[in-house]
Amino acid sequence: MTDPAEGIIDKPADSRYVFRARKGLNEEIIREISGQKKEPGWMLEKRLESYRIFLGKPVPTWGPDLSRLDFDEIIFYIRPEDYKAMRWEDVPEDIKKTYDALGIPETEKKYLAGLVAQYESEAVYTNLKKAWDSKGVIFTDMDSAVREHPELVKEYFMTKCVPATDNKFSALHGAVWSGGSFVYVPKGVKVEIPLQTYFRMNTRSFGQFEHTLIIVEPGAEVHYIEGCTAPRYSVSSLHSAVVEIFVKDGARARYTTIQNWSTDVYNLNTKRALVYENGIMEWVGGSLGSGVTMLYPASLLVGKGARAEHLNIAFAGKGQNKDTGAKVILMAPDTSASITAKSISKDGGRSVYRGLVKITGNATGARAHVECQSLMLDDRSSVDTIPIIEQFTPQSSVGHEATVGRIDEEQLFYLMSRGVSRDDAVALIVRGFIEPVAKELPMGYAVELNRLIQLEMKGA
Amino acid sequence: MPLLEIEALHVEIEGKKIINGLDLTINPLEVHALMGPNGSGKSTLSYAIMGHPRYKVTGGDIRFNGASILHMPVDERARLGIFLGFQYPMEVSGVSVENFLRTAAEAKERKDVPILAFHRALLKRAEAMSIPQSFLDRYLNEGFSGGEKKRNEVLQMAVLVPKLAVLDEIDSGLDIDALRLVAEGVNRLIHEDRLSLLLITHYQRVLEYIEPGFVHIMVGGRIVKSGGYELAQQLDKMGYEWVREA
Repeated sequence: MTDPAEGIIDKPADSRYVFRARKGLNEEIIREISGQKKEPGWMLEKRLESYRIFLGKPVPTWGPDLSRLDFDEIIFYIRPEDYKAMRWEDVPEDIKKTYDALGIPETEKKYLAGLVAQYESEAVYTNLKKAWDSKGVIFTDMDSAVREHPELVKEYFMTKCVPATDNKFSALHGAVWSGGSFVYVPKGVKVEIPLQTYFRMNTRSFGQFEHTLIIVEPGAEVHYIEGCTAPRYSVSSLHSAVVEIFVKDGARARYTTIQNWSTDVYNLNTKRALVYENGIMEWVGGSLGSGVTMLYPASLLVGKGARAEHLNIAFAGKGQNKDTGAKVILMAPDTSASITAKSISKDGGRSVYRGLVKITGNATGARAHVECQSLMLDDRSSVDTIPIIEQFTPQSSVGHEATVGRIDEEQLFYLMSRGVSRDDAVALIVRGFIEPVAKELPMGYAVELNRLIQLEMKGA
Repeated sequence: MPLLEIEALHVEIEGKKIINGLDLTINPLEVHALMGPNGSGKSTLSYAIMGHPRYKVTGGDIRFNGASILHMPVDERARLGIFLGFQYPMEVSGVSVENFLRTAAEAKERKDVPILAFHRALLKRAEAMSIPQSFLDRYLNEGFSGGEKKRNEVLQMAVLVPKLAVLDEIDSGLDIDALRLVAEGVNRLIHEDRLSLLLITHYQRVLEYIEPGFVHIMVGGRIVKSGGYELAQQLDKMGYEWVREA
């Protein structure tokens, strides 16, 4: 079978940049970014303060090797044509071509109630269904949110969920963030159609620092989906996003992402949700691509009865280091969390599950369950599980299961006895392994995840 | 020309000799039953025919349509038209029955199989065996009862339409109703799709539903006695001790 996206997906579309930032970072560049965006003074102050915090923090050494990451070689901000489209017809042709290569199905587009597509570091396309406007739902790019909804942004942007002080990369993010999405769902409003956005990096050594802020008021519900791929480049790039989600009392949020950055990208993210009383937070993720990935979506269960579900699949191929996991802190009575982490390693790839489950002293009746399943496709690859469990009340329970598997020869024999070749039989077993994640994705994404995994299986 | 010819076959597993000079010939449209006590080597024979890599053929030959298949990997033998119905079918999590069968059909046809047309044809096959549609969406053998697993084996055979099926204790663990359904499925293939069969079983019971033209008794890695259907009936009355003494 030939894939129409093969070949296209790795070629950058023609670049037409009005403004190109220089490499490296200093205060001057930060002022320039803020100026280009015509930001209010308070946001510039926040950026500069974040930059000072960034300078004062060391690069973390507890995880994957980041010593080859050179901040002086990275372009921190770039802006596409000074152009914003409100209608799909107005989106430039080469951008559409890029999305087609990513396989966003035509039928799905029709059902998209709103779409913010970030090309380079700024959203070029915003379209939100009128029905939602009438309900008070806001789905826009983050730059617009700063101008149009300053009170909400001031209150929630890098304050109580992911402050700049959290870690070196959240501080860097606070200084140079650009683009991303802003979602606000008012009390009691259930957004039935998922909100979707695609990201794509397109310039060598270009760091992308999109910020996603999702506020779900009491009793409201939303499903936000984000997917990314990138053309291949040989010089290291940096992707360091921050995602902040507020799930208020009795609210429900699902955040779904498939990431497929090219293998020269450092993908270092901070994603966190604050979940209040009886709120439900669900993280669904597929992590392909990237050279080094550090990603541990966090749920802070601060309200009684709050619940978190984490479901992730990571694929580590040649030269890839996937350091992924979850962080859940159960801080109130009757909170509960379930973490399912799956990984596939191949051609010397390294998969690490790094997870923290912490149950504080007052979280009586809290329950948490962690399940790690790893599939190793050869002996050169490696798998590690680093689960940390801290339990400060005896009136709680934590379960942990970890399995490391290989392709079972008897399963292969069974499948091959029906005429399926060895390669196809392996692909079937791998596909079955990721199915629990794939089935949680909307159809188009499930197809894309399967397609990406099959591409990874072939390309080594 | 015979469909399957096994000549002076010797098979070892991890250095242990299991089959010691076995001869068996199956012609097109013939139904053969292979009976014998536990450990006589019946399942080993079925794995050797299919080409399981752990079962080493140390002597003799297996020919299909006149040509040796010993050098062929498992999937190639399957595409020639050999099917093995497993005594213990493997579970494959996350892979639905339908998805797997379409993949297998595509491997056999060597081209993409249209999803909808395949789905309709599969539904028809399933219906004929009283298999509900929901069954096709379940993960391959995962959580299946013994009877469901065996029906799934026969369904796979019905979809792939092999020339020769080796069914290894297709009757084990089945109650009488399940056995009847499985047997009906097999018989339909024999009559409508010109299937030849090697039926491996402990018990004579299944032979009341799928009547063999030839019955072989295997003891100690060899066929010690061959005959017609009456041999199975005799065996049922007198037990394997009778053969051992003979």
